[in-house]
Amino acid sequence: MSEAVASAEEPVENRTAVPVIAGLAAIAGVAFIASLLVGPSGIGLPRGSHAAELIFTQIRLPRAILGALIGGTLGLAGAVLQGYLRNPLAEPGLLGISGGAALGAVIAIHSGASAAFALALPLGGLAGAALAAIAIMILAGTRTGPLTLILAGVAISSLVGALTTLALNLSPNPFASVEMLFWLLGSLSDRSLAHVWLAAPLIIAGSALLLTTGRALDALTLGDEAAQNLGVNPTGLRNRIVTGTALSVGAATAVSGTIGFVGLVVPHLLRPLVGHEPRRLLPASVFGGAALVLTADVGLRLFAPLSDVRLGVVTALVGAPFFLWLVIKTRRELGP
Amino acid sequence: MTDTLQAKDVGVSLSGRRVLRGVSLTVRTGEIVAVIGANGAGKSTFLKVMAGLLRPVEGTVKLGERPLSALDARALGREIAYLPQDRTVHWPLSVRRLVGLGRLPHRARVAGPSAADLEAIEKAMAAMDVLAFANRPVDELSGGERARVLLARALAQQARFLVADEPSTGLDPAHGLTLFTQFVRMAASDCAVIVALHDLSLAARYCHRVLLLKDGAALAEGPPQSVLTPERLAEAYGIRATVAQIDGWPVVLPIEPLA
Repeated sequence: MSEAVASAEEPVENRTAVPVIAGLAAIAGVAFIASLLVGPSGIGLPRGSHAAELIFTQIRLPRAILGALIGGTLGLAGAVLQGYLRNPLAEPGLLGISGGAALGAVIAIHSGASAAFALALPLGGLAGAALAAIAIMILAGTRTGPLTLILAGVAISSLVGALTTLALNLSPNPFASVEMLFWLLGSLSDRSLAHVWLAAPLIIAGSALLLTTGRALDALTLGDEAAQNLGVNPTGLRNRIVTGTALSVGAATAVSGTIGFVGLVVPHLLRPLVGHEPRRLLPASVFGGAALVLTADVGLRLFAPLSDVRLGVVTALVGAPFFLWLVIKTRRELGP
Repeated sequence: MTDTLQAKDVGVSLSGRRVLRGVSLTVRTGEIVAVIGANGAGKSTFLKVMAGLLRPVEGTVKLGERPLSALDARALGREIAYLPQDRTVHWPLSVRRLVGLGRLPHRARVAGPSAADLEAIEKAMAAMDVLAFANRPVDELSGGERARVLLARALAQQARFLVADEPSTGLDPAHGLTLFTQFVRMAASDCAVIVALHDLSLAARYCHRVLLLKDGAALAEGPPQSVLTPERLAEAYGIRATVAQIDGWPVVLPIEPLA
């Protein structure tokens, strides 16, 4: 490459990432507002009637806030795990924390606790996520690397997955099993402000912890030993990642059920736009994840307002074609 | 003053197997020291111990008067730069960004790069002759180009001690010589370089001292002419070798493996 070409494309620090992050933030903002304005009861801001006001503050507002928080944190956790494991196919579910939350919630339905009081379901989910995180920490032990963490995560995922199907299998009646299944598919409908108060602090705290890992993830680009030489404490990093994921993804899954593909697809798609840098990918994935979940949720309300199609199903339906496209693109690049 | 890096009677076991025992080496600033030996002799392990990445089960490593274990990771990264043998780069960052990672131990937790950081990055890229492809992603470079970029990352760290594991492997002759000229320049500006090598002629020509390892123990240590003898090379590598002077430069020429 000639000197002239090299200097013509001289990057200023932050040149590529800032517009990308700002653009994604704008898209997420628009999707958030759309989420407030769209619903089966009509489109627009509430005016006059008490009922319209109730719909806005009790139904649409919590739904929009949860969509933004949950989407953002799923995207972020995916970006952190992909950076930590240096594997573009990693996703938050890999650690077994969302599986633990799902098991906790299913047990809450199974035991009838959720019928007794509504918040038993998310509380059960939180307990499940916490137990899964503790089990992973114990299994992975001290002073070990990403590989041990993955193995521990896979072990916990399969265990909680098996226990969840057992709970379904032993469900007391068909209604309970349908309720469990539907919950597992992931949704934001009928969530109240109480759900927001329960989940938001945990999601924000967990996300804040995950956002501190950016530099360490950058350093890991060079491998474990070079990263350590650049000041990364491997055990501290792993503990921050597990704790942050447990808080954020655990709380997200506890209120929404399993919303798949967001943590996998969002960082994967955005990575080239931020020059593949793990640190810059983190804020981009927050906004990208929020935009995806909010858009999917708004789309669901616009196109299938009264159907029972679940949000988790929609994100998977949107996510899978993206992946197909990626496969075809990669094949074309690598092919003869 | 932190002008010595000293390993004393260092022993290391990896998964129950003894890979180093009783190895000592003192490196002063201004020196280039080669660590040589056959594959599996313990060179890489010893370099990791010297860089503070591996804690020895026996013996100590001290930077000046302080044991490495007493220093926090970032402070250590400002004193000792480590270049691993493995040249895997996990994400296709641009060359400039990758070299910039060397500044991480110097940067405040949230701040962007300072003027000193940017200057160190450009200087390191110039020293390793990688400015021409500064904006290209590393996955598009050849193996030797990538090796130079990774070296530039270690140079950007501006540590007084550089611990480099086989940095010249895969470099073309011109860039191999440029690398050692850079090491000489660093030694002249009061830094020290500890380098694992297989090119014995480069060791003979550029290094002040040579540590020869065999089966995890030091076979010899001293100036190149006293360590790089046909007898020692026969013992360490199992080869017949000739040590000669050509145009005033020392040359170590392996002839054949010993039966």
